[in-house]
Amino acid sequence: MSGETPTDGERDRPRSDPVGPGRGLRRTAELAGIGLTGVVAAVMLSFLLLYWAQDLPVASELYAAFRSIGRAMDAAFGTNVFRHPIMWQSMAVGVLVGVVAPLVGSFLVHREMALIGETLAHTAFAGVAVGILVTSATGWSGSLLLVALAVGILGALGVQWLTERTDAYGDVPIAIMLSGSFAVGTLIISYGDGLTGVNIQGYLFGNLAVVTPDGARLMGALSIVVVAAVALTYKQLLFITFDEQAARVAQLNVTGYNTLLVVLTAVVVVGAMQVLGVILVAAMLVVPVAAASQVARSFRETMYLGVIFGQLSVIGGFAVSIGLGLPSGGSIVVTAIAVYLATILGSGSSVKAISTHG
Amino acid sequence: MTAIVDLDGVTFSYGDTVAVSDVSLTVEEGEFLGLVGPNGSGKTTLLHLMLGLHDPDGGSVELFGRPVEEFDDGGRIGYVSQKATSRGGAMPVTVRECVTMGRFAHAGRGRLSETDRAAVADAIETVGIGDLADRLVSELSGGQKQRAYIARALASDADLLALDEPTVGVDAESRDAFYALLDELNGDGITVILIEHDIGVVTDRANRIACINTELYHHGDTESFVESDALGEAYGATGQVVHHHH
Repeated sequence: MSGETPTDGERDRPRSDPVGPGRGLRRTAELAGIGLTGVVAAVMLSFLLLYWAQDLPVASELYAAFRSIGRAMDAAFGTNVFRHPIMWQSMAVGVLVGVVAPLVGSFLVHREMALIGETLAHTAFAGVAVGILVTSATGWSGSLLLVALAVGILGALGVQWLTERTDAYGDVPIAIMLSGSFAVGTLIISYGDGLTGVNIQGYLFGNLAVVTPDGARLMGALSIVVVAAVALTYKQLLFITFDEQAARVAQLNVTGYNTLLVVLTAVVVVGAMQVLGVILVAAMLVVPVAAASQVARSFRETMYLGVIFGQLSVIGGFAVSIGLGLPSGGSIVVTAIAVYLATILGSGSSVKAISTHG
Repeated sequence: MTAIVDLDGVTFSYGDTVAVSDVSLTVEEGEFLGLVGPNGSGKTTLLHLMLGLHDPDGGSVELFGRPVEEFDDGGRIGYVSQKATSRGGAMPVTVRECVTMGRFAHAGRGRLSETDRAAVADAIETVGIGDLADRLVSELSGGQKQRAYIARALASDADLLALDEPTVGVDAESRDAFYALLDELNGDGITVILIEHDIGVVTDRANRIACINTELYHHGDTESFVESDALGEAYGATGQVVHHHH
């Protein structure tokens, strides 16, 4: 619970929310954070574009400039990381995940649909398994994530279908789907064992080295789609998240927007799976949003702070991962949880109850 | 007079449990209808049927003169569900954000216009919570929350307010103030349908009463309801069920 509900007599009780200059400062800091995140995301998207188009005349020069910046960064930090384009493409995926996961998660968490993110990650894992089979049959490495995406979206539609037909105990069929699709995934992988050299552990726990150029490009394209979709339907998603029945009475297409939300979740999950791993991917949908909800003074602020906290988690997680040679998924999630704990301490309030039941 | 809601022989069941059986009633423009009945009598289900949240198993529902399944002018209805008001969730939404949702039935996908913003500010002032516009709804008291939801309905220029037990958990003083506000809005021509467990409040405020317990036991003006023994029948003994088809 979020503390006691005040009675009407306490209407004018002073609040901890900053007013006047405090509020202005906070707003400026938030906008600066969002602006910075936007710039970083744009840089990463341009890197993906340049990396893709490096053989074209103008792009090749820019790409060379990018690489020399990387070498300079390595020299400055004493690392052997930023000179490798592979690292940049992994970081690009991470940064984009840090933007889109909290964006979609803001609605998911407050719709009490967080378990659905977890389920779709496991469905996508079955998709990766199918993708491995397809890849071994066609020899085209790009198909792996595309197949995972297709299976993930089918899974999303399946989850949506299930939740609409089950009121009470709605999370039981979801939980069955969660473990069921994972089970199918493990069976397919065992069956196809040795068919390809795909690093399945990387997909389970998240690994910077798992990211392929195709995977990074797919994430770039998906991120643009997700940001555009959320920007276009923000109002409607907010209404159905806050008060679904009233949204229905106001003649919003609630089923349509719910479907959109789970499909966007599947899209984010498949993209994020590369660096976070199947088992940890849902954390990125939930933890930055939970942290933001601790301190946010409006829903818009929840989304801003969620993206900022998500970005902090990704960049901090990468620093830990690169610095200590640990898996990226665990590093990012542990950093996200550290941010969450900091917001609890910072807000000075009790933990706000956010259910994760589907 | 124009019919805002028109039910004709409406029946609805949850599985084998009949919740609403053969209810016919009309809500005219400008009415303040109190919907009463014991717990589990189908009040909320009946309201959901009126608003198109459930499809009836039998009979027909018209909203603003159109079959409810064809009705598409959501801005004309302000609905405050039981869930919305009892909700103690942690979703950080400000009063202004909540009231702005009332404009979404009108606004397209783009940004809100100045007209939208002005309507939101007006609505918040009208219900008397102007000083709370930037507070989180989850931090408001029950009475303040109700006002925020009413403001949302006003922002959408609703002609019909449908309220499901809006004052549960609200202290007596705030409840009186809240009902005074409803009276005022009804006086301005907004039709009100109110589910309320406190019969005293309903008979004080509403000018029409529908008393149901699965079936309709009484539908008429408040005086005739007070004089009748519909209440006793609906709440206890088996009594005469009213059928007035049109």
